[in-house]
This record gives sequence, structure tokens and C-alpha cells, in this order.
Amino acid sequence: MPFLLTAEQREFGRSLDALLTAADTPAVLRAWAAGDRGPGRALWGRLADSGVFALAVPEAYGGVGPLPVEAAVACVELGRHAVPGPVAETLAAGALLAGTGGPVAEEWLPGIASGAAVVSLTLEGYGPYAADADAADAVFTVTGDELRLAPAPGKPMASADPARRLSRPEPGGAPVAKGRAIRPAARAAGDWAAFATAALALGCGEELLRATVAYVKQRTQFGVPVGSFQAVKHRLADTLLGLEFARPLLYGAAVELAGGSPGAGAAVAAAKVSAGEAGYAAARTALQLHGAIGYTEELDLAWWLRRARPLRDAWGTPSVCRARVLAG
Amino acid sequence: MDLEQTARTESLRTEARAWLREHVPARPLPSLETEEGFAAHREWEALLHSGRWSAVSWPEEYGGRGADLFGWLAFEEEYWAAGAPGRVSQNGVSLLAPTLLAHGTAGQRARVLGPMASGEVIWAQAWSEPEAGSDLAALRSRAVRTEGGWLLSGQKTWSSRAAFADRAFGIFRTDPGAAKPHHGLTYLMFGLREPGVTVRPVGRLDGKPAFAEVFLDEVFVPDEDVIGEPGQGWRIAMSATGDERGLTLRSPGRFTAAAGRVTELWRRAGDPADTALRDRVADAVIGARAYQLFTAASAARFAAGAALGPESSLNKVFWSRYDIALHETALDLLGPDAEVADTAWAEGYVFALAGPIYAGTNEIQRDIIAERLLGLPKGRR
Repeated sequence: MPFLLTAEQREFGRSLDALLTAADTPAVLRAWAAGDRGPGRALWGRLADSGVFALAVPEAYGGVGPLPVEAAVACVELGRHAVPGPVAETLAAGALLAGTGGPVAEEWLPGIASGAAVVSLTLEGYGPYAADADAADAVFTVTGDELRLAPAPGKPMASADPARRLSRPEPGGAPVAKGRAIRPAARAAGDWAAFATAALALGCGEELLRATVAYVKQRTQFGVPVGSFQAVKHRLADTLLGLEFARPLLYGAAVELAGGSPGAGAAVAAAKVSAGEAGYAAARTALQLHGAIGYTEELDLAWWLRRARPLRDAWGTPSVCRARVLAG
Repeated sequence: MDLEQTARTESLRTEARAWLREHVPARPLPSLETEEGFAAHREWEALLHSGRWSAVSWPEEYGGRGADLFGWLAFEEEYWAAGAPGRVSQNGVSLLAPTLLAHGTAGQRARVLGPMASGEVIWAQAWSEPEAGSDLAALRSRAVRTEGGWLLSGQKTWSSRAAFADRAFGIFRTDPGAAKPHHGLTYLMFGLREPGVTVRPVGRLDGKPAFAEVFLDEVFVPDEDVIGEPGQGWRIAMSATGDERGLTLRSPGRFTAAAGRVTELWRRAGDPADTALRDRVADAVIGARAYQLFTAASAARFAAGAALGPESSLNKVFWSRYDIALHETALDLLGPDAEVADTAWAEGYVFALAGPIYAGTNEIQRDIIAERLLGLPKGRR
């Protein structure tokens, strides 16, 4: 029962961490939020070269997927470094088009895998907004058994996370695929979107905890590091606890997705609610323990602090996920 | 990465399921925390032993099945799913026995493990003292050298089920002049009915008597009942609280079964409009799965040769908090019947309330998590 990452999977995570550490993501985030997508697209390309966006795309379309365990490893790292752009949506689009097949899959999947295509989407049963649609090369929408390419991304609105924008895709457009394959493909895409978002949330929480632990070790008050106070320690201990018990749910969901298990949706929902809540709890802890400096946008950590709650709620709020867990 | 089990684990699971289906009492036994219930649970241990199920992870020569951690986890899943009785021998089987297997002599193992496995001898723990709780190393009960052994004097307390148990194990101060409080301690076993021992039952929160104080007045313990070298008691006791103990103190199977029962209760009695309560039922299911998978990951790392150490503190805080939340949810689903005291849920709730206190309070565990896993500086407790 080897419920453990392999050496290769751990090495994949380490190599992405190294790539992203060198990439100075706060600078990329500032540019992305200001509407300059150049540095973000360049980083996206490097991540694609490492294989990240090929993980949900089948080999027949130039991908290596589906490899949900590797996708979890990758998205935790992307979350830790707060990579901007529709990461979960692009992976989910890979799963969606892999399920529909046909000309639309042939047209878009190779580009998704290679990093040439950044994609967003909306699915029935989830929110109306396509994340970062204004920065995407394609926006897919699913209604019933029809898949459409939105004629325009729609007018973007600001998100609570300034490095993210929300649009209601413009309705209409001719269906690019239809029939019985659409609904199961959309279900799989929804699972992948929630799963990837859970991993991003877990990574976001990990970074918030790491940065806060480092801060309370060096910040002194009353002549000692504030990290020596029990009230501070216990809050951080609880934050670690939340993250460490969300992690096995994430990988448990990866195993279910990989096996095509009928329980995969419930497993993803369990992972999503736990990682989303743990990431958000980490943000609350980070904000409180940084004190006033944490309440400023001058601290780079603000990118993570503002992201944790949107990640908690995107692709299934905690309440929606809990209902799904009980539905089985 | 997968969750597949070996054929050996699956065959153990299948055999356990069949045996339990045939032998688990149709009606619940009386409470383990009463004299009558204690006796009934002792008989159940004997029956378990007759099927070689009382200590599956021990070596076969001592009545076990040599099951690895995965086999033990599978057995526990089956055991609790079958609604089998609580384990009156748990302290002995899962704490003293691993200590003897690691640090005891061949003679001790031969003498102690058989009667422990059959329920003939039930063991209690004797750690805490009136002035030594979280600060266990402050303990004062002493063992003084005498001809052929040691004389124990002092007081132990909060000893679960010592009121009915046969023998106890714990650590005692053998070198009061040692440089540090946790030096000069010795791990030993003694009989609760020996001359000089007085056991005073203490009613716990619900009035059941199975908790006790143990007063010791020059109680003789022969050298053969000392575990490991004199003076090494702290190290031996701590080695038993790390590693596997972190995994085996509360098996995930117990919570998986309980979460299943809460879900059934919800489907039967839950108000669909009460989404707040529905969310807590979902959290019971999610928490059981999280604990099961966390344990699977820890067991896999342990099997691959990693030490577990301080992460057992994460495990302990998680299950103790989870157990209370689970029972509170069940009681809320019972509505007015929640107040009825002699139901399994009510009894389980009272038991769960002790979880954050025993086996190292959750405050101490959070200190360990913060200092040893997060690297935060030590401070005043």
C-alpha cells in the first residue's frame, strides 16, 4: 500500500519549486494585475515546458495525461508560488476536451499541453464566472449536452485577488461539440477544476504558514521572539494541522481520479473543502500574526493573503462540497 | 501512488470479517467502565484470543498473527465496522506489549504476553501523579533497592480502569540524586493486589467508577519485573509514545465506522432543511477519511524506514478533537434523546471528552508541533 509519492514525483515538485523560486512571482503578479500579461505568459510557457499543462491532456493529443497525482504535485507548487492565470481552468479544459474528443479537441488540446493556449471555462452547476477569461485564448462554456466557444470573454470584473479577474462569457456561439459525451466530460472537468483548485489552495496555505513561521521567529516584542509565546505557537500548530490533514485527502482524490472511481467526485469534494478551509485558515493566521504589516499591500505576502479565500470558494464552496460528500 | 492492499492484508481482512460476523455479541456488552461490564469484556478478550484475534500485530509465537501495520489497520476497520466491543486490554496490548517486544527480556515476554493476550491479566497504566501530569518528569513515586528487587512507594493517579485491572506498569524514581528530572527513572511492572497497594476508585465525569488512584507503600517488585536497565525508564517510556504508538493509539477504523453510523442517523432522523447540521455530518465523514489517509501515508513512510516522531502529535490533536465533534454531532441528531445517558453515543461522548487530556494534553502536543515540526523557539509553558 504505497500511499507515497515516488522519488520521480518528489523530484518533479522540487524542480518546479526551483523554477518558480527563480521566477520572482511577486513581480509577475504585479505585472499581471496591471494588465501586462507578458511575464505571466513567459512563465506559463516555462511551466508548460516542464510538462505541467500536459498532465490532463491524453497522449493522443500531445499530452502525457491524465496524471492526477503529478497534477496535484504541480498545483501545490504553483499555489505555493502564487502563479497567476487560469491554471485550474486550463487543466480542467484538458479533461473536458479529452472527454468530448472531436475536432475541437484536436484544435485545442495540443496547444493546452504545449502552453501555447491559455484557457478558461464555465460549467453548469458551478459559478457563472470564467476566471481570467480576458487573458485567455479560448473560453469554453457547457450547457446541457452542448459545448461552445464563447464569442467574447465578457467584461472583466475585479476579484478579491487583484491578480485574478472574473467575466461572464458572452452568450451564444455555435456549438463546437454536442451529444452524449458532453455531460460526463463536463463532470470530469468540474472534478479536475475543483481538484486543481484544492491543490493550489493547499500550496497557498503552505507558503502563508512558512512565511509566518519565519516572521514570528525574527519579530521580537517584550525582548523575545513573538514565536516563543504559546498563543502564537498554538495557532501555528493548528494551522499546520489543518494543512497536513488536507494533504492526504488531496492525494486520496488523485488516486480515485486516476482509477476512474465512481467515488472520485466525493473524494475531490472532501479534498476541496479541507484544503480550501486550511488555506484560508492559514491566511487568517498569517494576517493576525504579522500584525499591521500584514494588512498592507506593500508586503508581498498580500498576494497569498488575498488569494486564499477565492481559492476556497472557486469550483465548489465549502457548503457545496460538503453536500457532495454526503451525496456520495 | 495507490491505495491497493497486498493479498496478505486482504486475506487477513476477509478472515477477520467472517470470524467477527459469527462471534460479535448481538447485543452490546454492559459498559466497560463498570465492574459487570469489565468482566464481560474480559470474557470477550478470551473469545477473541481463542480465534487468535486479540493481538494481531504480535509475533505468532506469542499468540499474534505477525500482521504489519497495514494488516493491523485492516483488522481494525473490520473490528469496528462489525460493532465489536471496546478493548479492555488495550493498554497492555498496544502499549506495554510493544515496550516488552522492544526492551523486555525473553523471559518477560514469555511470562507476560500470553496471559495478556487471553485477557487473564488486564493491565493498567501508572504514569500520572498528583504533582506530575503534563510535567511527567516531575514524578515523585520512588522505587528503593532491596534484596532481589525494589520497594515502591508513592501515589499514582488517573489510572483508567485500575479499579478492576490486575496489574500495572509505569515509571518510578530510582535515583533521586540524578542530574535531571527525567534521569534516574525506571520502568517496571507491579501487581495491583500485592501487599502495600491500595486502589481507590474515582468516579469519572459520568459517575462510572473505572478510574482510580493507586497508593503504594513499600510494594515489593522483583528484579525480573524491571523493563530495560534501571535509570533508563524515561527513554523506554518515550520510545513507546513515539513511532507506532502515534499510529496505533486510535485506529482510523474506529472513526470510519462511527462516521458511517452518524451518516445513517442523519439519513434517518436529520432535518434536510438544517444545512448547518448536515455540514457537520459531512465533516464527520471527511474527517474520518482524512484520518484514514493520513494514517495510510504515515504507515507507508514508516514501512519505508522513516521515523515518525513528533508528527504523532498532529495525529493525537486531530483524532481527539475529531472524536468530540463527531459525538456532539450525533447527540445533536438525537435531539431530546441526547440527554439519555446510557446510550452508546452518550457513553462515547463522555469517553471522547477525555481525549484532549490524556496521552499528553493537546496543549503539550501543540507545543511539540510548534517547536519540533515548525522550529519555533522554546518559551515558558
